[in-house]
This record gives sequence, C-alpha cells and structure tokens, in this order.
Amino acid sequence: MTDSKTDMKLIPDLLAPTESKPSRDGFGKALVELGEKDPNVWVLTADVSESTRTHWFAEKFPKRFVQIGVAEQNLAGVAAGIAACGKTSFISAYGVFSPGRNWDQIRVSVCYNNLPVKVHASHTGLTVGEDGASHQALEDIALMRSLPNMIVLAPSDAEETRKATLAAAAHPGPVYIRTAREKAPVFTTKDTPFEIGKANVYRDGKDVAIFACGISVYESLKAAAALKSEGIDAAVIDCHTIKPIDRATIVKYAKKCGLLVSVEEHQIDGGLGSAIAEVLCSEQPCLLYRHGVYNRFCESGPGLALLAKYELDAAGIAKHVRLAMKLKK
Amino acid sequence: MVMKKVSDLRVLKLMANTIRQDIVRMLYEAKSGHSAGSIGLADIFAALYFNILKHDPQNPQWAERDRLILSNGHVCPVLYSSLANAGYFDKKELMTLRKLGSHLQGHPHLGTVAGIENSSGPLGQGFSFAVGMALVAKNERKRWRVYAVLGDGEHNEGQVWEAMMLATKYKLGNLTVIVDRNNIQIDGYTEDVLPLEPFADKYRAFGWNVIEVDGHNLKKVIDACEMSKAVFDRPTVIIAHTIPGKCVPFMEHLFEWHGKPPSKEQAELAIAELENQRKVIEEEG
Repeated sequence: MTDSKTDMKLIPDLLAPTESKPSRDGFGKALVELGEKDPNVWVLTADVSESTRTHWFAEKFPKRFVQIGVAEQNLAGVAAGIAACGKTSFISAYGVFSPGRNWDQIRVSVCYNNLPVKVHASHTGLTVGEDGASHQALEDIALMRSLPNMIVLAPSDAEETRKATLAAAAHPGPVYIRTAREKAPVFTTKDTPFEIGKANVYRDGKDVAIFACGISVYESLKAAAALKSEGIDAAVIDCHTIKPIDRATIVKYAKKCGLLVSVEEHQIDGGLGSAIAEVLCSEQPCLLYRHGVYNRFCESGPGLALLAKYELDAAGIAKHVRLAMKLKK
Repeated sequence: MVMKKVSDLRVLKLMANTIRQDIVRMLYEAKSGHSAGSIGLADIFAALYFNILKHDPQNPQWAERDRLILSNGHVCPVLYSSLANAGYFDKKELMTLRKLGSHLQGHPHLGTVAGIENSSGPLGQGFSFAVGMALVAKNERKRWRVYAVLGDGEHNEGQVWEAMMLATKYKLGNLTVIVDRNNIQIDGYTEDVLPLEPFADKYRAFGWNVIEVDGHNLKKVIDACEMSKAVFDRPTVIIAHTIPGKCVPFMEHLFEWHGKPPSKEQAELAIAELENQRKVIEEEG
C-alpha cells in the first residue's frame, strides 16, 4: 500500500496495524485532556458513563460531571443551560437515544440558542452488533446534518476521534461527534492532520475516489489495496467532517476520477453520500455510487460479521466499487 | 446599575395594569398570539421584574444577575412588555411583535432581544435549561438564583418530570420554579385534556418544597419567592393559581382564549376596562 500513499503521516504499514481500539476510547481520553486544561469543560451522561468512556472524566473531575439518568431530553436541555453560563458541555450517550430521542432539544435548546454543547454518540452504526436493529444508529448523521449551526464529525479511528473531540471543544458552537463501540485498527498517528471541514486524502488514485467516514475509512483503504491488484486505481478520502463538507476535495476528485463512491455505516439516504451528491449536482456533475445500509433495519450478530453480511467490510466495499466502475463504462 | 426593588404594592399593581394593556395592544397589532396566559401572568411578571429579580437593564449580561427562564415561550408578550418597561429596550418595539424584521419573535429567541436568557417554544425545555444553570451556580457557589416560569399544561411533557427529578438529586436550593396554574391548555381544561391533580402532591413526592399562592396577589407572590430562598437543600415550586385572561372579563377562565388575539372591538373593550381598573388602583392611594 505504499504505491499511492499521501503525506498524511499514517502508520508505516497500513495493512499491519499494531493497535486496535474503539473510537469512543479516543473521545474519553480527549475529555480528560480537556478537563485538565480547561476548568470550564463539563461532561454529562445518561446512565452510560462506562460505555461512553465518560467515566474517565468523572473519576478525575466529579464536580463537573453530571449523571442525568436515563433521560436524554433532559440531558440535552441541562447541557444547554450549563453552556449558557459560559461553559463547554459534552453530552454522551448511545446514538439511538441521543440524538435519537432528543432531536427537538438539540434543535432548540442547543442549535437555536447556538450554544457550545457537544453531542457525542457512541455505539453508532451496525457494529453495535448483538443488541440488534433497535440499538443500531444508522440515521443520526441525517438527523444532525439538517440542523443549522451544527457541525457533524464522524472520525475514522480512536486517534482521530481524540483530535476531533479537542477540535469540537475549540469550536464556539454546537458539534456532533459520532463514534463506535467495536474495536478498530488505529491507523492514523498523532501527526496526522485534523481540521474541521478539511477531508484527508489517505491514498491517491485516478479511476475512482472512495469518500468514507468512521470505521469505513480503514475498510476502504484495505479495499483499495485489493482493487489495485485488479488494475483499479482508487483514491481513499477520510471525510471525517460531514458538515460543513469539504466541497473543494469533492470537486477535485470528481474532475480527476469522474466517479465517486461514498461509504458509510449509515442509511444511504441523508448521510455522507447525500451530502456529497448535494455538492456534485450544483458544482461538478459526476457519477456517484452511494454505499451504506440500503433503507432497512438490520439484525443482531457480532459487529464484524454484520459488516461482512451487509458488505461494509473491505471485501464488500471492493465489490461495490467494482459495480460502480461498471457505471463509468 | 442594579434595578431598585419596588415595594409599593400600588406601583406594582399599576405596572401589572400597564403590562396587561401592552399585551392587548401587541396581540391586536400582531393579529396572532396567545392572550389568556400572557395576561394572566401580568401580576407575577410585575413582581418578578420590579421586585424579585436582581438584575440590571443597562447591563443585561451582568454576571451576578438572577436568571429568569421562561419555559412556556408562547406567553412571551408578558416577558417582552416587562423587559421594555424595565428599560431593556424601547417600548415602541413592542408593537412590532411577530412582524417581519422584528426583534420580538413569536416565541423568544436568545440573542435577539436584551434580557432574554433562553430560546423557548417547544414545551418542557426551559425547565432543563434552568436546572443546568442552577447546577453551575451551585457548583461555583454563586449568589445568583435561577427562576423558571412554566405553564401547567406544559407538565404533560415527560421532559418536565425528568428535570424535576434531577433538580432534587442535586439539591438545587437555588432554583425556584413558578407554575402558572391557570387550568387551561389549547384543547381545553387541563383536567379534561390530561389530568394533573393532585398536582402539588406530585411535586412533593418528587422531593420539592411546595408553596401554593394566589398568583394575582402581588404580596403573596413576592413572599413566596422570599420563602424559597430560605430552603437550601431542595428546589422550590410556587404553584401560582391564576385566572387566564385575568382583568379582561370576557377572556377570564376561557380556554378558547389560549391561542388567539383580540379583534379591534375586543381590544378596545379590554383597554377601556383596564383603564377603569387603573383609575381604581390610582384612587386607592
């Protein structure tokens, strides 16, 4: 995978990562860093402190940690009140509950007030696994992307999540951060750049450009390596910011490749693929193949097995890129 | 300069009368909006902005101010009139309510008007917001208090009960919630739409200090707020029994007036009635 590497300071051998961690770990780690630096950072959770990794913050800064109980509407509203007193508040729960159950509170108490509340969802996507469809947040990007003043981030690994969390705290308004439960390879490093709104090109290519977010980025890199041996030269772009989307990079690759594939652990309507389509249709008409979950509820099973079944692992992504290539001809 | 407390009840009664007249004129001009609840809260808002709250209209962001969170945002005409009469902005602006380009949105918007602490409209949200503010004040040992005004019908929302539980958990003695118990909501009387009684007992069961008052008795409203300051280990709710549309006889008690403005004739009738009442208050001396 050295052939088309860009200067993004990724780990030396992408196919042999030495560390595997859930992205929520990066979030929890960043909260502790923030807590040490800034006495105005508060963290709130809805009875899921350990699984959202907010318990690390709670142990160190108990006075700035609020255990709300299983009450996600109150979670968002209380965080807004705290933020209105000059604080930066992070709320953390499973994606299906927050922002799933408190969209209205996020819309008015957070976004209409334009307060620095950072909404963190863990356990998003299919890889929640055994808990099944009720717990698999596959619509959250669509929900958050439609809100004025909201920034939407879906970082690709634990290290990028750490940076995204720090960047979210530095941003003056509302931010949504999407993370996952399942362990995934850590393939970015502390030197990999991260800037809200600026997509990272991890692999250049001329035939097709894969725009992915979250854990789909690493799977797409593996898919691109496999496709190379078949003569398909695929670029892979980490589109960690879905709002505001990086229009320049989308237009650049639309011109260069004439075919884009979006990959996300999310419903195909309303997420990353839709955001890309909105850019293309007005700025650079280009074929776009949207890959994700096809308007359906999925099922229980081990996270990685679900990725394979619903074709969001490297093999599945490679299959869909091949299908996309047929559109080009 | 911190606003001086008005203790003369006659002056406060005249202010409540002024606020009622403002509301009638604003809603007539706007041709839409919520009459009964706004008018029914005029006494409580006169007490809040001219006696109870520690605030400074010339310095709306004063860090040590008490915070007033309006949760049932649809009654905002009473808030806008109170703010304008206190000196936060020019009273002329009141007549722009709900119009294109106005600062006075149909439901309050944080940042558009000086003196407003929160955007509201979707019911229940202000309660949580107030709890968040009280948590910060308590954690940082601030001397300012948080007051939240809620409607009774608003208690249909589950979020209200979530916030109520959390306020007790954190022993928010710096939080006073005032509920406008006017017994009406859009579709009818509260006890027909979704019964709330035994309402005070519900708050008690949730661990709150409960005070019930006549919401049109200025002295009792002020006293209740003072009493709430003396309870440190739990939040206080003041259940203020009010008459929707109070002082405008053809509106009083009628849920039909929850969400409509007066016509030209009705507005003139209401103003004439309020002017008569004003003379009576003035003559009380």
